Amino acid sequence: MAENELCKLTAHEIAFLVRSKQVTCREVAEAFLGRVSSLDEKVRAYVTITEDLALSQSDALDKKIASGDELPPLAGVPWAIKDNMCTRGVLTTCSSKILYNYKPVYDATVVRKVVESGGIIIGKTNLDEFAMGSSTENSAFFTTRNPWDLDRVPGGSSGGSAAAVAADLAALALGSDTGGSIRQPAAFCGVVGMKPTYGRVSRYGLIAFASSLDQIGPFAKDVTDCALAMSVISGRDPMDSTSLDVPVPDYTKSLVPDVKGIKIGVPVEFFAQGVSPEIVELVWRAVEAFSVLGAEYKETSMPMVDYGLATYYIIAPAECSSNLARYDGVRYGLRSSDSPDPLTMFRKTREEGFGPEVKQRIMAGTYALSAGYYDAYYLKAQKVRTLIRQDFDKLFEEFDVLITPTTPTAAFKIGERTGDPFAMKLNDVCTIPASMAGIPAISVPCGFADGLPVGMQIMGKPLDEATIMRVAFAFEQATTFHKQKPKL
Amino acid sequence: MIEYEPVIGMEVHAELLTESKMFCGCKVAFGGEPNTRCCPVCLGLPGSLPVINRRAVEFVVRTALALNCKINQNSIFHRKNYFYPDLPKGYQISQYGDTPIGVNGYVEITVNGVTKRIGIRRVHLEEDTGKLFHVEGDLSQIDYNRSGVPLMEIVTEHDPSAGFDQINSADEAREYLVQLRAILMYLGVSDGKMEEGSLRCEPNVSVRPKGSDTFGTRTEIKNLNSFRAVHSGLLYEIERHKKALARGEKIVHETRRWDDVRGRTAPMRGKELEQEYRYFPEPDLPPLSFDPDWIEEQRRSLPELPQQKRKRYIEEYGLSETDASVITASRALAEFYEAAASSYRDPKIVANWVMGDFLRLLNAADIEADESKLKPEMLVDMLRLVDDGTISGKIAKTVFAEMFQTGKPPREIVEGSGLVQITDESEIEAVVQQVIDENPNEVERYRGGKKELLGFFVGQVMRLTKGKANPGMVNKLLKEKLGA
Repeated sequence: MAENELCKLTAHEIAFLVRSKQVTCREVAEAFLGRVSSLDEKVRAYVTITEDLALSQSDALDKKIASGDELPPLAGVPWAIKDNMCTRGVLTTCSSKILYNYKPVYDATVVRKVVESGGIIIGKTNLDEFAMGSSTENSAFFTTRNPWDLDRVPGGSSGGSAAAVAADLAALALGSDTGGSIRQPAAFCGVVGMKPTYGRVSRYGLIAFASSLDQIGPFAKDVTDCALAMSVISGRDPMDSTSLDVPVPDYTKSLVPDVKGIKIGVPVEFFAQGVSPEIVELVWRAVEAFSVLGAEYKETSMPMVDYGLATYYIIAPAECSSNLARYDGVRYGLRSSDSPDPLTMFRKTREEGFGPEVKQRIMAGTYALSAGYYDAYYLKAQKVRTLIRQDFDKLFEEFDVLITPTTPTAAFKIGERTGDPFAMKLNDVCTIPASMAGIPAISVPCGFADGLPVGMQIMGKPLDEATIMRVAFAFEQATTFHKQKPKL
Repeated sequence: MIEYEPVIGMEVHAELLTESKMFCGCKVAFGGEPNTRCCPVCLGLPGSLPVINRRAVEFVVRTALALNCKINQNSIFHRKNYFYPDLPKGYQISQYGDTPIGVNGYVEITVNGVTKRIGIRRVHLEEDTGKLFHVEGDLSQIDYNRSGVPLMEIVTEHDPSAGFDQINSADEAREYLVQLRAILMYLGVSDGKMEEGSLRCEPNVSVRPKGSDTFGTRTEIKNLNSFRAVHSGLLYEIERHKKALARGEKIVHETRRWDDVRGRTAPMRGKELEQEYRYFPEPDLPPLSFDPDWIEEQRRSLPELPQQKRKRYIEEYGLSETDASVITASRALAEFYEAAASSYRDPKIVANWVMGDFLRLLNAADIEADESKLKPEMLVDMLRLVDDGTISGKIAKTVFAEMFQTGKPPREIVEGSGLVQITDESEIEAVVQQVIDENPNEVERYRGGKKELLGFFVGQVMRLTKGKANPGMVNKLLKEKLGA
């Protein structure tokens, strides 16, 4: 099979070819590494390409196949890993200067699980520095390009992972989502992206941005791959006290193209906040399609959504100001030279090592936690967060899933919003509520606006990823948006 | 002239004797090669997450119960944010605000016959930091072996509205610390070693006109590494406050460092000043939630505590308040005492040996009673040898010291080294005669009425018999031979 055709396959197709010995893992790895070396100059999805690792992993798997050993479920599937997840002995940058030359001594739990499932790691992908941003323009290294239009952003913060999957530079990718960092780039790049329930996937080894919101999830070319990836990465981890001790279902079993009797809520507030008319139109068309497939839908309301963005921009910076305190130059990463005392060294290291967006959030968060302001900001925000969660609880008494746009607009041009931080942050207005409530949500392709992909968000009850994926799968079976590829 | 009264608050930190650290599996131990007991979690490496040590929580719950505290059924951890090289995450996981594990308890102390219930405001759990060493010139090194060791903080309450007493003198402060340390050691949660820093005390003190119901400005004292230092530091600081107030000066709210050599406190500089810690609930840890049945189970399984033991020893063994306090200050010593006292006819004699020779030898060897080779039954056997006249009380002291050194039973020591008392009358009589013959002047003066010279003759006999002669027989024979 031609190299590029192999790369265009889904993960489950590749796994089948490997299992049935039609290709070797080495052939798969070489095909993807070849495509990366010829195409990633344009897309710039990867910060680090782990060629040696990918080849040794694929050789080890091929040996197993040759000796007839039992194969792990996704043997030979090439993955891309967002560069805020620890990989032992492999540079892990968070796209920040402050982690200069940092090689973790351990693998994140998700990375270990990916490897145990037979995954081949192609490389580490670009992100907005410490996952703070919506475009990868905050990366300290470079901006990743949207494969559908190289002048546009791929979204963020997991823009590298989304672009890698969209450009067939990996079959699956891991991202992390704090306020939309998986769903928004998935929508911009025309792929499937899921943020699981908070606690569904271990955060051990994910370099923290905002601990109470961060959650790892997959990027995939279709919902089947998403379900496979979710089965690999989910589950209780004794190393993460916030991971949930609930058995992981086989998510592929829930993929039946049947939504008869499913109750869909359409909260109108999500269609109001500056959402472009084309996107409103496409999402409504999708909702109508579900109606044809036998689901019921109803317009509904979620008044607290209006406070989501404001609340998020207190809680996330507050936690980030504390989580990023450890980058002081003492133990690893960048250290500013020639300081007369430790505190000056800390200050200079952080001054040189962090980019402007990260500094701005650290300052905002420090302020929100300060004595005298804590009650007015952080505590109040936590209370609003509870109200948002209660809003969702109420809606889920009536509905199985909620459907909204993933983003107000399609991918914007590089540089278009860097001068307007507020417009940049409005990008997350539809995705933040699910993050605040800790509920699962997926973004799936639902059409194109001016040739750019548009995503539909499906939110579900806590731990009910299965229903979300079933609904998404039914839509995918009835449409062809996910099959379209960018021309590179 | 105004009479002043000090009000003292005590903040005590105790490293817990758990096997592993507070939030990871690294071993807890003192000393060792630097940075050999650390992992991604206690080094605060990016991506690592804390996991609560159940045993540490149990230790703090048990301590809080022993200190008569109420246990908060839901207790949460907070982050205390500040920058320092020995703090690898840039924050310490601690407990702040209204929901530490234990609140509102007390410790009973008796000083100069006055018993007080010293209020405990909070008992909480946190993690220790690493240790910073300034090597030479500009160079500093950090050892993270201590980073993440479970640390319990116990803070007194000086607000009388809580219903308990305040600490109002350096003596009371020291006694509070003695009693608290004893409780921690009885529970087996702390080794109580102030010199090694596993038990640390940072008192604060304010002084006000006696009878006033508002507090004066307080100062905190650091670097107090022994009971004596706590006592001296407080005495110094109280005097300093009093003198300043008498001169009409204002006390500055500050942290002062005790200089043990110069015997004075001085203000600390730099980072020790007021800090903004930006406390907020630790998002990486779920709240602790205690089952009331489990708490009751912990309460039921508490050992007998020093105060209860003290009261029982006074009643059962007829000890004085002071003797009972000394013996019960250490659980191991109390257990030693009780094992011996319960199988000997006179518990007071046992008490004298335990508080005297035994405690002195233990202190000199810097060990606890249960680490000694000398076992309670050996003391009892030795006392019986005194009772049946095999050895004298004076010889017993030698035997006791040898038992302590070697762990040999007393009979073996006595027989092996010829320490058996001379009770053969003719043998003693011969020595007595020798002493009389060699000291004619003293004999004459004695017979002339200087009866106090008897002691001189006894001493001479004992010298010649190397202390082995039965003192009763020596006395009797001397009196017979010297005449009335």
